[in-house]
Amino acid sequence: MYQVDTIAAIATGMTDSGIGIIRISGKDSVDVGNSLFCTPSGNHILKNVDSHTLHYGFIVDKLPQEPCVWKDYIIDEVMIVVMKAPRSYTGEDTVEIQCHGGVLVMQKILSAVLDAGVRLAEPGEFSKRAFLNGRMDLSRAEAVMDLIHSQNEYALQSSVSQLKGNLSEKVRDLREQIIYEVAFIESSLDDPEHISLEGYSERLYEKLTAICSIIEKMTGSFENGKLIKEGINTVIVGKPNAGKSSLLNTLVGEERAIVTDIAGTTRDILQETIRLHGISLNITDTAGIRNTDDIVEKLGVEKALEHIKSADLVLFVIDTSVELDENDKAVISMLSDKKVIVLLNKSDLSMVADEKSLKSIIPDNAGIIRTSTVDNKGIDELEEAIKNMFFQGQLRSSNELVITNIRHKEALQETYQSLKLVLNSIEAAMPEDFYSIDLMNAYASLGRIMGEEVDDDLVDEIFSKFCMGK
Amino acid sequence: MSEIREKMDVCVVGAGHAGCEAALACARLGLETVIFTVSIDSIALMPCNPNIGGSSKGHLVRELDALGGEMGKNIDKTFIQSKMLNVSKGPAVHSLRAQADKAEYSRAMRKVLENQEHLTIKQAEVCELLWEDCSDPDKTPYKKMTGVKTDTGIIYECKAVILCTGTYLKARCLCGESITHTGPNGLQAANYLTQSLEKMGIEMRRFKTGTPARMDKRSIDFTKMEEQFGDEKIIPFSFSTDPDSVQKDQVSCWLTYTNEQTHEIIRGNLDRSPIYAGIIEGTGPRYCPSIEDKVVKFADKERHQVFIEPEGIYTNEMYVGGMSSSLPEDVQIAMYRTVPGLENCKIVRNAYAIEYDCINARQLYPSLEFKRVKGLFSGGQFNGSSGYEEAACQGLIAGINASMEILGREPLVLDRSESYIGVLIDDLVTKDNREPYRMMTSRAEYRLLLRQDNADLRLRKKGYEVGLISEEQYKELQAKKYLIEKEVNRLKNTTVGANKEVQNFLESMGSSSLKTAASLAELICRPELSYDVLGFIDSDREKYVSRFIREAENIYGIVSKNLFDAVIEQVEIEIKYEGYIIRQQRQVEQYKKMEKKKIPENMDYDKVPSLRLEARQKLKEFRPVSVGQASRISGVSPADVSVLLVYLENAKMHLKEDECF
Repeated sequence: MYQVDTIAAIATGMTDSGIGIIRISGKDSVDVGNSLFCTPSGNHILKNVDSHTLHYGFIVDKLPQEPCVWKDYIIDEVMIVVMKAPRSYTGEDTVEIQCHGGVLVMQKILSAVLDAGVRLAEPGEFSKRAFLNGRMDLSRAEAVMDLIHSQNEYALQSSVSQLKGNLSEKVRDLREQIIYEVAFIESSLDDPEHISLEGYSERLYEKLTAICSIIEKMTGSFENGKLIKEGINTVIVGKPNAGKSSLLNTLVGEERAIVTDIAGTTRDILQETIRLHGISLNITDTAGIRNTDDIVEKLGVEKALEHIKSADLVLFVIDTSVELDENDKAVISMLSDKKVIVLLNKSDLSMVADEKSLKSIIPDNAGIIRTSTVDNKGIDELEEAIKNMFFQGQLRSSNELVITNIRHKEALQETYQSLKLVLNSIEAAMPEDFYSIDLMNAYASLGRIMGEEVDDDLVDEIFSKFCMGK
Repeated sequence: MSEIREKMDVCVVGAGHAGCEAALACARLGLETVIFTVSIDSIALMPCNPNIGGSSKGHLVRELDALGGEMGKNIDKTFIQSKMLNVSKGPAVHSLRAQADKAEYSRAMRKVLENQEHLTIKQAEVCELLWEDCSDPDKTPYKKMTGVKTDTGIIYECKAVILCTGTYLKARCLCGESITHTGPNGLQAANYLTQSLEKMGIEMRRFKTGTPARMDKRSIDFTKMEEQFGDEKIIPFSFSTDPDSVQKDQVSCWLTYTNEQTHEIIRGNLDRSPIYAGIIEGTGPRYCPSIEDKVVKFADKERHQVFIEPEGIYTNEMYVGGMSSSLPEDVQIAMYRTVPGLENCKIVRNAYAIEYDCINARQLYPSLEFKRVKGLFSGGQFNGSSGYEEAACQGLIAGINASMEILGREPLVLDRSESYIGVLIDDLVTKDNREPYRMMTSRAEYRLLLRQDNADLRLRKKGYEVGLISEEQYKELQAKKYLIEKEVNRLKNTTVGANKEVQNFLESMGSSSLKTAASLAELICRPELSYDVLGFIDSDREKYVSRFIREAENIYGIVSKNLFDAVIEQVEIEIKYEGYIIRQQRQVEQYKKMEKKKIPENMDYDKVPSLRLEARQKLKEFRPVSVGQASRISGVSPADVSVLLVYLENAKMHLKEDECF
């Protein structure tokens, strides 16, 4: 065996489905399963069960020190199976947790497993181990290699696509700060007569403390993400009778809003919370926006404007069966700086407003989807779009970063730990050259988020930033 | 004219720092060796800076010495100032640097060569390499060295050739508009060998480097400069040099600075610099920039340091460190004269840039043998490195491995986790180096283990196994190891109570008092305490230490008088930095796993499915010896490495199946 540590991953893919499986493989897997799994009577029995038996119970989060009711810390109700080596897929001791298939539930369980000291599996690593342990037919070796590759490419792609916007900027910025410091230390070591480290530790300590608190906030957002806890504030806007309420009803699945063919029916603001692929959406249906003298309706319009201001996501419904008018343009003018999905509604009727002229006036980054609430057309597409935006971290209530990918969280935690070691070294008055080992580890961990390797970055940085030499 | 033919085991081409080490190693291992040089007077010449060592380079010299090389001993004989750099930092980056008397250094090395049994020195230019084509059913066709031919037509038949041609191949020196086709210091260039190498299918490239002017000491006003002294207590480079023998009077170096006026002159004449005018085609090193480069690339710096260093005791020439240049002579004079202390300077030798042919070392195995030519080895600047120390280390390894091959033994390959030499060679033969390669501490990822103070503990045994370290030296090493282990254990197992005497002692040292008993090792870990001061409360120390020394003497024979000082140094480092050392050792374990996965020599990468095209091309081109080396080739991704692992494992299983039949 070329590696002996214990690994885990979600085995069923990152989509919502009825059942999800988290697989743990390696010598510690039974111990880890045992510590997380409880029978309904509260016993940790997994260590003592026979191989290849299935058990019912709960996955329980790490309990706090003070007395508490363990049932308050249940993550999910599960079935769990133990397969002892060599009679498992990988040929190692394996535990599989069968839980409810929501993305968030699976991530939470995986997160608890990783917190127990297990490493996140690389793409294709279970198959690789299976092969290396002789559990797989030789003729399948090539298939395994293909698998490793395709999954790796996929992981890379998805991690790259997740990295648009703030997260990548932040990570890149942190990396740059760290490599600059290493390069400074290193150049002074290589050229002590040119570059002095006088008073440097204090400066570094301050800087790293600041970086640590940024990273802490970022990892914290994974668990406490406001969006996950409180839901995404989603506002449906559009001019009267564009089909806003019908959309809400379709998403919610019941007739909540009053729907008529008379423009201006929704005078109040309707709110509804729905679950979509494990994500909470707080959807607000607003009164149609148009210049009006009607007092009640006017109140509704003002409220709608307020809601747009505080929204994480705006669903802008356009009635394509009639020409775009001043009211549509009035809505558009309020949408700059917002995450917007434009819904070309009533696509069941003939199109009057054409997509091209629309594109020229709506915000650049807005997605466009054709919908019809009469025949549910485009609704799946809309749900998919919202899910993607969420997991790509595009939806956030303020400028705060939200980490949605468990790999990213793991890498950030490692970064944090490495930086803490540097702080310890500074506190213990260690010489400066001892900082580099942990700073470089931090740099490498952050690099994993970006899918970048370390290679010759350091040497390049030294030469480009500091004047060296004889 | 009848053809003259000589029969040798090894031919070494070039007698610089690489060539000398290579030739000495071969001859000392009993092989008949000839070393060629274009001028006997240029043996072990130092054509650039007048010093040996420096950050990380000091490590290289120590390692070289531990393996049985000559450079450390030679500088110990000929230095005129010595300094341990980075002493305020951790032990891993302490580094020795000595100013050399250049002429003496060269003369002393020549004497060593001249007195070496089995070694012949020959002044001649090697113009042609002689080889034969070979085929072997198991291998792709390859070439094999049979000898060399000199400019006068003499043929030396041999089993191995070591190329250490330095900066001489098609050398061209540039000083402004003046261009001469010579090697350093006006020495004759070697203009024919490149062609012979290309004919063998070896791919050549062109690098560039430079050196500053030398000044007449009498024309310099030292009162305007800061004096730089050597260390009070001098530590020798070589593990075999008696420290008492090197305590001697030293000469000073001097520090001054460039200023805005200097930079003004340089900027105003950039169009006359061969580099900026595009006349130089070679790639120069970023770490050793010319003063033109410094002024252009670091425009915001108001001044640059200039070190004035003596070239020797019996000469008036002074080296102007920090101001290498290829500007024309008139600009050089104007520029140097703006520097405080150099207002009336007289230049003895102009600064110049030099261009030369070398190879991309990825054509070599880590043993420094050419992958496609059996019996052809190379070392030094020819391999694309820079620096005397880097050259010497490669020369030694090339010499050792040429010998090992002839003697039918395994090559000596040092890895990244055991030496700077390993890092140096691995980087050279694996990475895509686009400039002359200089060693730096930041290149060694396991440097907490690779200290200059423990080079003997890391490598002396290997030197002994090769045959360059004597039985006696090896015994001494074993005695040292024994003493370190005994003393570390004693300190870990000796506890002191929280009694009055101990508390008073701690208080006097500004150290916090003990709550419970603690071991002496735990106390050494405190930054404010050391092995030395703990002597006050370590009452049985003397008794135990002399007992350990007696034991060591009984087992290993002699223990030299200074040995225990070296033991204390190791004991203290091992205990004080234990946590970091353990972390680093864990990293090394991970690294070693991949290094151990060897890739067969005849590996057919076209048969490995799923490798990305780029990775396949790179792997085919560079033919790494292990999965670890493969993973360091740029363009080979972690996924490719996984694929490779699975493939190799698969092949192994097939092999086992075949054996069953």
